[in-house]
Amino acid sequence: MSTATTSTQSDTAKALAKAGPAADYLDRRTGIGKVVREFARKVFPDHWSFMLGEVALYSFIVLVLSGFFLTMYFVPSMGHITYPEDQLPVTMQGVGMSEAFASTLRLSFEVRGGLLMRQIHHWAALLFVAAIVAHMLRVFFTGAFRKPRELNWLIGFTLLILALLAGFSGYSLPDDVLSGNGLRIADGVARSIPIIGSYASLALFGGEFPGTDIVPRLFTVHILLVPALIVALVTVHLILVVVHKHTQYPGPGRTEKNVVGYPVLPVYAAKAGGFFFVVFGFLALLGGLVSINPVWIHGPYDPTPVGAGAQPDWYMLFLEGGLRLMPGWPEFVIGGFTLSLNILIPGVVIPGLLFTTLAIWPFLEAAVTKDRGEHHVLDRPRNAPVRTAAGVSVITAFMVLNVAGANDLVATHFELSLNGITWFLRIMFFVAPVFAFWITKRICLSLQRRDRELALHGHETGRIVRMPSGQYLEVHQPLTDEERWVLVAHEADRMLEIEPPEDENGVRRPGYSADKQRLRLSRFFYEDRVEPVTPAELAAEMAAHGVHGDSEQPAIEEPGGLRDTFARAEEEPAGVTAGRDARNNPPSS
Amino acid sequence: MKALAASRRHRLAPVVLLLLALILTGVAYSAVTSEPATAQTASQEEIEEGEALFRSNCSTCHGLDAQGTDLAPSLVGVGAASVHFQVSTGRMPMANNSPQAERKDPQMNEEQTAALAAYVASLGPGPAIPSADQVDPEQGNAANGMELFRANCSMCHNAVGAGGALTEGKVAPPLDEATPTQIWEALRTGPQSMPIFNEAAITDQGARDVIAYVMEQREVDPGGISLGNLGPVSEGFWVWIVGIGGLIGLAVWIGARSS
Amino acid sequence: MSTNRPSEELTSTAGAHASDVPERFVDPGLEPHPVRLADRSPEGAKRVERQVVGVLLISILASIGGIVGFFLIPVGTTLMDVRLSTLVLGLGLGLGMLGIGVAAVHWAKALMENAERVEKRKPVLSSPEVREEAVEQLTTGIEESGIARRPVLKGALVGAAALAPLPFVVPLVGGLSETWDVNKFRHTAWGDVPDGTGGRLPDGTMGRRLATDPEGRPIRAADVTIGSAFAVIPHGLPDEENYLEEKAKAVVFMTRIDPNELTVSPERRDWSYDGIIAYSKVCTHVGCPVALYEQQTHHLLCPCHQSTFDLANEAAVVFGPAKRALPQLPITVDTEGYLVARSDFHEPVGPSFWERER
Repeated sequence: MSTATTSTQSDTAKALAKAGPAADYLDRRTGIGKVVREFARKVFPDHWSFMLGEVALYSFIVLVLSGFFLTMYFVPSMGHITYPEDQLPVTMQGVGMSEAFASTLRLSFEVRGGLLMRQIHHWAALLFVAAIVAHMLRVFFTGAFRKPRELNWLIGFTLLILALLAGFSGYSLPDDVLSGNGLRIADGVARSIPIIGSYASLALFGGEFPGTDIVPRLFTVHILLVPALIVALVTVHLILVVVHKHTQYPGPGRTEKNVVGYPVLPVYAAKAGGFFFVVFGFLALLGGLVSINPVWIHGPYDPTPVGAGAQPDWYMLFLEGGLRLMPGWPEFVIGGFTLSLNILIPGVVIPGLLFTTLAIWPFLEAAVTKDRGEHHVLDRPRNAPVRTAAGVSVITAFMVLNVAGANDLVATHFELSLNGITWFLRIMFFVAPVFAFWITKRICLSLQRRDRELALHGHETGRIVRMPSGQYLEVHQPLTDEERWVLVAHEADRMLEIEPPEDENGVRRPGYSADKQRLRLSRFFYEDRVEPVTPAELAAEMAAHGVHGDSEQPAIEEPGGLRDTFARAEEEPAGVTAGRDARNNPPSS
Repeated sequence: MKALAASRRHRLAPVVLLLLALILTGVAYSAVTSEPATAQTASQEEIEEGEALFRSNCSTCHGLDAQGTDLAPSLVGVGAASVHFQVSTGRMPMANNSPQAERKDPQMNEEQTAALAAYVASLGPGPAIPSADQVDPEQGNAANGMELFRANCSMCHNAVGAGGALTEGKVAPPLDEATPTQIWEALRTGPQSMPIFNEAAITDQGARDVIAYVMEQREVDPGGISLGNLGPVSEGFWVWIVGIGGLIGLAVWIGARSS
Repeated sequence: MSTNRPSEELTSTAGAHASDVPERFVDPGLEPHPVRLADRSPEGAKRVERQVVGVLLISILASIGGIVGFFLIPVGTTLMDVRLSTLVLGLGLGLGMLGIGVAAVHWAKALMENAERVEKRKPVLSSPEVREEAVEQLTTGIEESGIARRPVLKGALVGAAALAPLPFVVPLVGGLSETWDVNKFRHTAWGDVPDGTGGRLPDGTMGRRLATDPEGRPIRAADVTIGSAFAVIPHGLPDEENYLEEKAKAVVFMTRIDPNELTVSPERRDWSYDGIIAYSKVCTHVGCPVALYEQQTHHLLCPCHQSTFDLANEAAVVFGPAKRALPQLPITVDTEGYLVARSDFHEPVGPSFWERER
């Protein structure tokens, strides 16, 4: 093997020697050597869940490339023309439509690769937002937003909002009936805003709906404003990742002070670069095989038609669902002015609450836990039960709204009453998240207890051994040090401890009531918890020779924990050795 | 000559003249007006066969003389087209009383259906079964059909006729199995929840255009696999399950150790 | 008997002493590097290399196939051609890209030197010396500007900077709409009767005729049979200026209900004609066209958010997120038997807005 290494090393040296003058040229003019030295062998940890952000980034690149192709043919004008009689599709021949719609049809049916590019672009847009959401969920559930990454979380949040804006503006560009009705709904929501709503509606559409300005304006937003902001923010986002270094999952050899993984050259570059081609290829295959947004089916926008099953793209579905579930009675006329809470609540208030909570979560969690340390090792979601439960709870509410947005499709496919579904989901919107929170927290705590059991007893092998004394025991495979480390490395979050209400002179201290509130909150979050196994517990466990001793301190808050769970009826073994009790304990302990 | 002059002054002369005038007018009228567009005029035995079928299959709910009961509406005046539609799509006889009559395998063959239709048509005038010419999609303009369809039909049936939900468990069914005749009949008779689209709303040529449009939707989808034409919801499902799911699978493969 | 084998740090005697045992477990360090096929044998390495090359060959063939397909398959002829072209180009581009990606990843996983490396993290925080220097530089800079000693200058600068963007922002925002007259929402084309679009009412006034949408034929009252549905626009609307904007407010749904089943309030007695009723099709929730008419229940359903209106009861809301009934178009018959509108709607159509009731 060593001869092979030397020969490859000399091959590399030869290759580098050839590159020498070019590298020298560049370095003299840009100082690039410093960057290469810093970056070329930088270590990045390797886990599939770290690639979700990459999916988003690569989808964005595909969007820009395919979008460029589309701009070569799309005409962002609402001027009226008549579709030629001899062009496909047959159902549009001679129909009056806007230039935007006509150019979209021409692109789809008359330009080779046009329909492919449109479909790649739309699939990439859906994937872009989905990947951002998946990435955000990964960051949330592993606690990667903690110090020093709070600002990066805010940047990521802004990128999510920009992605939503890009998607909405993009699918409204072809000026078809489906997206046109979406714009009409947006107009209705804008109008409902108090005081400025009517003016906002006029401003958006350059006059009364539909006007001729909305498509050209959305075009500028879609190809210039939003992409520029996305590029700028993604750059800052990635720079921060490099500066902070990527987080890593807990494991042997991984600490808060190091990064364990692969160097950029060659492995990470090959894997991440290869993944770019994988995502691109995947999107191209989707675009070539599966039809998406067939605008010729909806037809050019006109105020009369609307299709059954009128939904926006998936990332807007939660807004649609909110509008569908909200009952109509909370619209009030006060002093002659109309306040439409039936639209404002689902259209403005609920998304506002959702997005605000998302944005401030790192700061909220830090305030409750009073955690001021830097965190580079991720949490396993089960070890942060309240955070995980809160996240699942919000996802549940989000999913209820999504299902509500598709309630008419649910009605036809499952042969249910539309009105029944709506009522059911109205109730579920309040009940399901609470239930989800409770059950997720319980599951996390149970998983932590299972980890404790695993750490203390090792893997169950299913092999039963009969001792000479007649006793039956199950053989447990002990954990390796590495396996156990993952289970015990974390710190359980503990309740806050606050100072006593009165100081030594009996004077009540000023910050006490605030502290009492914090303690109440902290108790809600952390009273139920499971501590990781300590070496003392493991030693005590083994001293009792795998049989559950009753001398150790119970490590679990609630009564009847580990002991009761695993209390097996111990048979009276035949011929018990004198001095040992029924549990085979030696007399001294 | 004297006899003719004498008969002109006969007291029954005006009566004879009147009869002649009536006969003349009647003949002239029937010569000038076109035949109503029915395939063939029903014979008396067809009507009797239809009546027998009606008594055994339909009268339980629709009444012995089709005058309607609490369970089902009157069929007087619904016309042959209505009966042909309901029976040829299998909706009638209904399996059980529910808000929506579902399309299923027809229980009667063409001959029995025609007989039933003839019987009900004999109870009162109503829309007739169209001729093949009236429902010929080749004579319809699919583009005009598109404009009519989306103004009148797509809000219930979906932009390509994939079906849609109404209130309280009722549906506007998908149109992928409907024949041109059945589309015409549904338009003109307004079955169940569907309103009636008469000649003033959609002309005869307009109906042919709509039929041409519906038939055109059965052509190949140029974009590829069509996901049911249900719109962004199915696309969203696909992108999460196949897209994110598939890419996570690939990411797991990338991150896993190689042997 | 337990078969756990204790590790180095722990004792196995009964009653372990607390002082021997650490408070928490310690990190066991990196796992040993697993040996791969390519590491073990040169033939294995060769095989992986062949696999990678194979995948790259597929990629090359696919890319070429896509280009060939571009030239050979026409578009614009039949739907099948468009589908085929999309498919072949998509497969070519897709497999071409995917092949490169799969090859690169397989190469990295199976062939490249891939021992895990450990790198130290440097604290993000700048060192105290750097911070001190930075603070010093900032302070010196601000001192030298003298701004701290000149509050008037600071105030004037802030004031000017706050106002300077306004000559850009105000024209931008102010010009966003061609009109700021919110009262336009209150008026629809039904209130106007251009030449040739109206019919004479018995009292001599002219009313805008109702016409079918999209073909624009005027409608006779006698043609509107019980249970029939009509999509209606004002006669002659497509020839008007701002056709779509006016249509967006003027679309109407018309049907006929047996007068015995209709509830008509006293002030609306002459708004319908013998059971023929016409209502605005613009949903009072957020503006979608409401047109799903259930003939038997007389309910009009909006497909967007499922607001349901009872047309037998003056379009009152019976389900869903709308609050207000659909505005009714007062109609009657002109001297020639065609349906005409008596006047414009008596309230603004469509979604609510702040000034609606004023």
